[in-house]
Amino acid sequence: MSKAKEPEQTDTGRISNVSGPVVQAKGLSARMNDVVRVGEEELMGEVIEIEGDVTTIQVYEETSGISPGEPVVTTGSPLSVELGPGILDSIYDGVQRPLDVLEDEMGDFLDRGVDAPGIDLEKEWEFTPEVEEGDEVSEGDVLGTVPETVSIDHKVMVPPDEAGTVADVNEGELTVEDTVVELEDGTEISMLQEWPVRKARPTADKKRPKTPLITGQRILDTLFPIAKGGTAAIPGPFGSGKTVTQHQLAKWSDADIVVYVGCGERGNEMTEVIEDFPELEDPKTGNPLMARTSLIANTSNMPVAARESCVYTGITLAEYYRDMGYDVALMADSTSRWAEAMREISSRLEEMPGEEGYPAYLAAALAEFYERSGLVETLGGDQGSISVVGAVSPPGGDFSEPVTQNTLRIVKCFWALDADLAERRHFPSINWNDSYSLYRKQLDPYFEGEVSDEWADTRQWAVGVLDEESELQEVVQLVGKDALPEDQQLTLEVSRFIREVFLQQNAFHDVDTYCELDKQFRMLDLIQQYNDHAFEALDAGVPVDEIEDVEAAQRFFDIPVEDDWEPLVDEIEDQLDSEFQEMY
Amino acid sequence: MKEYKTIQEISGPLVFVEVDEPVGYDEIVEIKLEDGTTKRGQVLESGEDIVSLQVFEGTDELDRNSSVRFLGETMKMPVTEDLLGRVLSGRGNPIDGGADIVPDERRDIVGAAINPHAREYPREFIQTGVSAVDGMNTLIRGQKLPIFSGSGLPHNDLALQIARQATVPEEEGDDDTEFAVIFGAMGITREEADEFLEEFERTGALERSVVFLNLADDPAVERIVTPRMALTTAEYLAFEKGYHVLTILTDITNYCEALREIGAAREEVPGRRGYPGYMYTDLANLYERAGRIEGEEGSVTQLPILTMPGDDDTHPIPDLTGYITEGQIYIDRRMDSEGYEPPVDVLPSLSRLMDDGIGEGFTREDHEDVANQLYAAYAEGNDLRDLVNIVGREALSERDNRYLDFADDFEEDFVNQGWNTNRSIEDTLDLAWDLLGTLPKQELKRIDKDLVEKYYPEDAEAEEEAEATA
Ligand SMILES: Nc1ncnc2c1ncn2[C@@H]1O[C@H](COP(=O)(O)OP(=O)(O)OP(=O)(O)O)[C@@H](O)[C@H]1O
Ligand SMILES: [Mg+2]
Repeated sequence: MSKAKEPEQTDTGRISNVSGPVVQAKGLSARMNDVVRVGEEELMGEVIEIEGDVTTIQVYEETSGISPGEPVVTTGSPLSVELGPGILDSIYDGVQRPLDVLEDEMGDFLDRGVDAPGIDLEKEWEFTPEVEEGDEVSEGDVLGTVPETVSIDHKVMVPPDEAGTVADVNEGELTVEDTVVELEDGTEISMLQEWPVRKARPTADKKRPKTPLITGQRILDTLFPIAKGGTAAIPGPFGSGKTVTQHQLAKWSDADIVVYVGCGERGNEMTEVIEDFPELEDPKTGNPLMARTSLIANTSNMPVAARESCVYTGITLAEYYRDMGYDVALMADSTSRWAEAMREISSRLEEMPGEEGYPAYLAAALAEFYERSGLVETLGGDQGSISVVGAVSPPGGDFSEPVTQNTLRIVKCFWALDADLAERRHFPSINWNDSYSLYRKQLDPYFEGEVSDEWADTRQWAVGVLDEESELQEVVQLVGKDALPEDQQLTLEVSRFIREVFLQQNAFHDVDTYCELDKQFRMLDLIQQYNDHAFEALDAGVPVDEIEDVEAAQRFFDIPVEDDWEPLVDEIEDQLDSEFQEMY
Repeated sequence: MKEYKTIQEISGPLVFVEVDEPVGYDEIVEIKLEDGTTKRGQVLESGEDIVSLQVFEGTDELDRNSSVRFLGETMKMPVTEDLLGRVLSGRGNPIDGGADIVPDERRDIVGAAINPHAREYPREFIQTGVSAVDGMNTLIRGQKLPIFSGSGLPHNDLALQIARQATVPEEEGDDDTEFAVIFGAMGITREEADEFLEEFERTGALERSVVFLNLADDPAVERIVTPRMALTTAEYLAFEKGYHVLTILTDITNYCEALREIGAAREEVPGRRGYPGYMYTDLANLYERAGRIEGEEGSVTQLPILTMPGDDDTHPIPDLTGYITEGQIYIDRRMDSEGYEPPVDVLPSLSRLMDDGIGEGFTREDHEDVANQLYAAYAEGNDLRDLVNIVGREALSERDNRYLDFADDFEEDFVNQGWNTNRSIEDTLDLAWDLLGTLPKQELKRIDKDLVEKYYPEDAEAEEEAEATA
């Protein structure tokens, strides 16, 4: 957000009250949501309430030492992000200030009152036009491209609400503020656009998603898939694996662009991403992961107001790349911190609190945010999507609290993390009984076409076994496994393979961290083959102990960590056949 | 500086003063009582005419005749390397009868946030000599790893054992970076404080420590500043002077009670169980002051201690802490009453920085797999304990019985090492293999096959073979 580009100051008021991140001013004529500059140090703030002569402002920086009487100046424009090449491979704070620039200017610790544009204004980019003089263009049309990173061509588009005939086209090395195309009516279009973060960017049409966002995580792709353009929530108590799951998605999902929003969480987790992503390979392109990633970091010790805004900053960046026709995945960790920031600001305003102190508009705010996801036809006539995955951190791990409940009402995938599973180091500790995906049916045709026509049947079989197991476990708790009839003992054995071989997946293992769809299917199919053999043998009178001793089955555990897995699966399959054949 | 005699209202730890000149938010004030004693406070809200203050020493004996002076600056901690070896009050004044402190710098106690871009991801293993920690919940330099305990449990003994034994093995010898301990006490008893001080003196640790003492009978509001003073000193020593600083903060529960008290006095809308809605942010502002910074020698490692009210980890204090810190170590009441030292329950314990700080080149190649296997096997054995109470051992399979034995041996041999045993990481891992040797090889599914071949104890293997042939 650059000072240079702000409209001239429209009015000045004076601070009348300071209470933490909330400041009140008198004599200021600003509009709701306008960005203002607070105090002598010109801290950045946003108007959140106007009552008579009193304007209430949330301030995005620390307010220590600020006193009544200091000036407040409105910029006359709402909180906006700058859009243009340079967003990828960047790390921003909650109001789009690049953290590396801030480090250069203020050292290791975050000071205040320093401004830095979200987009480098000096840097030159190689612009290749795709239109020529005389072309008719309208909003969303691509005017040309810029190689933004090794992975992504940035498309320079006609801003919403602009249209006309191309009068002049520029090309070659240009800065973001240089004009790339001039229209006949004199409108000059550059690579740099601004957009208010709280307003969704327009699209032509919303569509029903049919393609999965492939994550390489077995439990997600096979059991609870998310669509490109879909929404998912990951609720779970502390230490259950929300962040690791989000990082896995950011690393391995087959989106074109990833926007990762660290909202009110740990500094080290962002550092981990900053250190790892440039080293890791994008599974799709082989390029460094950072080349498709934009990070937004508002850690838990950074100002709370910027925590409220960082999810909007993130989703607006995501929309911008969607408008270019890309599939974008946005991770928000954690949406609970965002909700709590709303609560904190709202309580300082002494608004009437809703459930558990959250503002009454909590549900609406969540819905509005997730609504900005989806598969769309862009204004330019292309297809683009935003998939949104939000972590939820319920107090005490209790899912009945307002943020989890209100999120559940909106999202279509629910990946419920479970402290019990985490405690026994079953990772990812996604509870298969509580989780669901409402996309299963609409995505099955894709999997059946691309992987195997038995995809859905095999999955349903596994789901059935897991269901049966959870019923049997109740009995086992009381009498022990050995007291069960043999066929039920066998079911437990099969479901143990599903859990320990298939569902468990070690994010920190070089091979296991990502599992392609074919491998996922073959693994589950192999367990099903074992199941069929085993029950046949049991029917033929083979005792269950003997079946459980089948050596091929013990080798299942080698598959997840085997890079060259196909020969291994073939081999184990043959061994299964022959071992069972010899049995009776 | 203008002096006001315009106190309008005194309510709990809060004072409301009428002013006619602007006062900065968060500024420090000095309040003079009629008898000449002074108290210090801080601006909580600054309006044009009325300013509200919280008074650190409590509002006892204040009246409307007390005078208020605004010092025009926010709260500062005078820092210098000479603080090492000193005992200070909860407000940072020396109470050991030693010389006055000549500060090198005066630092704002509300530390600025470390720019995530300037951080360096912590990867350096700290050997604490405690198997339950090193083997399964490894502490890393720059980590914040709290101890979740309950009242009457020996959390202090564990903290002291860690402070006493902590080393970084590979670096021994060629590392001249020094180690320092910052001890921040909030609302603990005199007896507990003495226990720490005596131990520090006995082991000679005091020389490299700075002690901040806010005791149970000191004013509660002061607890808000004690940890900030402590952490400001820690940051100074770490990032200015290159020390590796271990910061022990105890008891966070008392700190949170003080927060709640102030919140209630301000008539704020309370959050869960009466604690302020901003407690997460407030705690994060303490805990996030741990870490490493790129290009800096030193580090701040935090070991906060908290006693969970009613041993309930869903209580807001442990809950919010767990959401901010990088794992937690649980002290368990059952294990304590059975006499285990340290009574660490490893199952809910966790070190999130462990994955990147262990293994080849850090500890030993088998570390991660061994830890995972120990967890899985212990969890399985532990689960069976309920069942065995119902059906008896005889009703269980041989496999189940092995796991039950494993769980017992694990607690007895691995966890229960005693307060004075210092185990190297090799000892810890070797011991783990002895225990894993009681399980058949093919049960060790969490461990890479080659590693099993390499480390599985030979005598156990021979025994197993003998059994198989018999
Ligand atoms: N898929 C996985 N594979 C291996 N380990 C995992 C996996 N998921 C989680 N873990 C382990 O669990 C720990 C906690 O996970 P994570 O940090 O993601 O929890 P969280 O739910 O984000 O917690 P918080 O709410 O406190 O941020 C990790 O440090 C890691 O050790
Ligand atoms: Mg997390």
